[in-house]
Amino acid sequence: MSTQEHSPKFYETMSFKRRMKKMFVLLLLILGSIVILSPVWWMISTSLKTPGEIAQYPPSFLPDSFQWSNYVKAWQTAPFTRWALNTLFITVCVVIGNVVVNSFVAYGFAKIRFRGKNLLFTLVLSTMLIPGFVMMIPQYMLFSKLHWINTYLPLIVPAFFGNAFFIFLLRQFFKTIPDEMIEAAKIDGANHFQIWWKLAMPLMKPAVITVAILSFNGAWNDFLGPLLYINDEKLYTLQIGLQTFKGTVQTQWHYLMSASVLVLLPVILIFFFFQRYFIEGSNITTGTKG
Amino acid sequence: METAYESAKKNKQAAQKEVAEPVKKYRIKSLRKREELSGFLFISPWLIGFVALTLGPLLFSLYVSFTNYNITSKMDFVGTQNYQNMFFNDGLFWTSLWNTLYFVAFSVPLTTAGAILLAVLLNQKIPGIKVFRTIYYLPAVLSGVAVYLLWMQLLSPSTGLVNTALSWFGVRGPAWLFDPEWTKPALIVMKMWSVGGGMLLYLASLQGVSKAMYEAADIDGASAFRKFFHITLPMITPVIFFDIVTSLIGGFQIFQEAYVMTENGDGGPVNSLLFYNLHMWNKAFEVFDMGYASAMAWFLFVIVLVLTVINLKFGKRWVHYGGGDEK
Repeated sequence: MSTQEHSPKFYETMSFKRRMKKMFVLLLLILGSIVILSPVWWMISTSLKTPGEIAQYPPSFLPDSFQWSNYVKAWQTAPFTRWALNTLFITVCVVIGNVVVNSFVAYGFAKIRFRGKNLLFTLVLSTMLIPGFVMMIPQYMLFSKLHWINTYLPLIVPAFFGNAFFIFLLRQFFKTIPDEMIEAAKIDGANHFQIWWKLAMPLMKPAVITVAILSFNGAWNDFLGPLLYINDEKLYTLQIGLQTFKGTVQTQWHYLMSASVLVLLPVILIFFFFQRYFIEGSNITTGTKG
Repeated sequence: METAYESAKKNKQAAQKEVAEPVKKYRIKSLRKREELSGFLFISPWLIGFVALTLGPLLFSLYVSFTNYNITSKMDFVGTQNYQNMFFNDGLFWTSLWNTLYFVAFSVPLTTAGAILLAVLLNQKIPGIKVFRTIYYLPAVLSGVAVYLLWMQLLSPSTGLVNTALSWFGVRGPAWLFDPEWTKPALIVMKMWSVGGGMLLYLASLQGVSKAMYEAADIDGASAFRKFFHITLPMITPVIFFDIVTSLIGGFQIFQEAYVMTENGDGGPVNSLLFYNLHMWNKAFEVFDMGYASAMAWFLFVIVLVLTVINLKFGKRWVHYGGGDEK
């Protein structure tokens, strides 16, 4: 920038090199996007084809004619409406449990002083290191002793006893509330319960929504829990229902794919509407905040 | 009504008197006690859950692993019989362990490297970068049976998208889920699709790396390559470490994919998709041999624990915690 011995050719300048680099990255990202999106597009396009068109080689990229009726037929072939309502019920209960209980516990770890807190919090974190599968068999034995098999209790009740990851996430957020604010509320006569519900929760709305969305996704997509505990077809969730549906329609891919699209739809919609909350969640995990 | 009000008023006055009178020291002590009590009240849901749903069942299953428990009738102490059977009499145990190790050994490094690379690309100042981030993250939110069904279709040997795309480059794609050599790579390919989930973690930490370091390196004329290996990578090692620890634990949990993508969870061609958890599942919930399954669960726990401890130990050598970075 200061002394230049000769005026550089245009392709030697920093700005040109930088622009070339950007073009290269852009090209790479576009190609990658096509690769990433093609399965989704393939799912939708297969769901709209006739069985004959699916079997044809080479495969067509757009359906010859859009078979919207595939969706209606797939949905009616199995009690999907019932399964969707079951899933919705479980999911709502799990989300409520996760949001209320984890924020309650997280507030305790973030803003109340008591002996053994750090040790207990380390214990919370270390439970994240236990593989879920290790817990599954003993929990099954417990719930079968309680005669909870074939009910939703094993799927819902644990959500009301805290989840290590969510506690960690919310604690990081609650820690950002200044202690002076809590002290001021206390002087005004509020107890911790009131401070948690009326001050901390509204203040940390984004974090609470993040937990709500992540637990919605978790409950909606849960396969293992219902597979283990639910035997009655009437009580099935969408995930188990879809697995059963796979057995009924065999390789009728137009039905399988249209049912799959419908099962994924709520998750996709929530993702597009609440995108930023997914990002909040991972920011906190890396400790950029708090 | 009036009397109640009056007595309440009296009580309040009495209470105020009581608070005002005792020495300061006592008051502080009781306040601290109340604080302590509410602390335990707040964490009590987790504490109860930990004892009843984690610690209790875990210890119970340790005991069960030394019995022939089958949920309904018997529960006799059999010593180390289950463990002996596991190591010496069950060939499928070793098959399932090998399949799982194979999957973890390839999927963890590949997804980690993929996520870092993607995060670096998505950390550039390029028009529309937010749209790209959304696109790459999308597969991470899609999961469950629907996605496995989709990949069964994509990996279909003759009419699937993957082999069709390969054929454009003159490559004859394998039979994927039907060829025992290719079943596990098929699942790894599927895992790579949702690498955007890990990417988001790295992206957040890349944005935390201070610009000043890159500017200093620019003045010294460092190449992009050098900057990546000497600034970027060391600065994000804490996240790499976190990612490796959690995805190792996650990798050992592989089950659903194999269960859904094979016929009735039978382990696929030549048991090539019989993962550890699938074998454990069959023992526990198909033949109800809870003793044996608990022994398997505990052995898995030990493997994961040992790997995590090794990770934590070696982590200290290569993980760089930036100065002034509070936990």
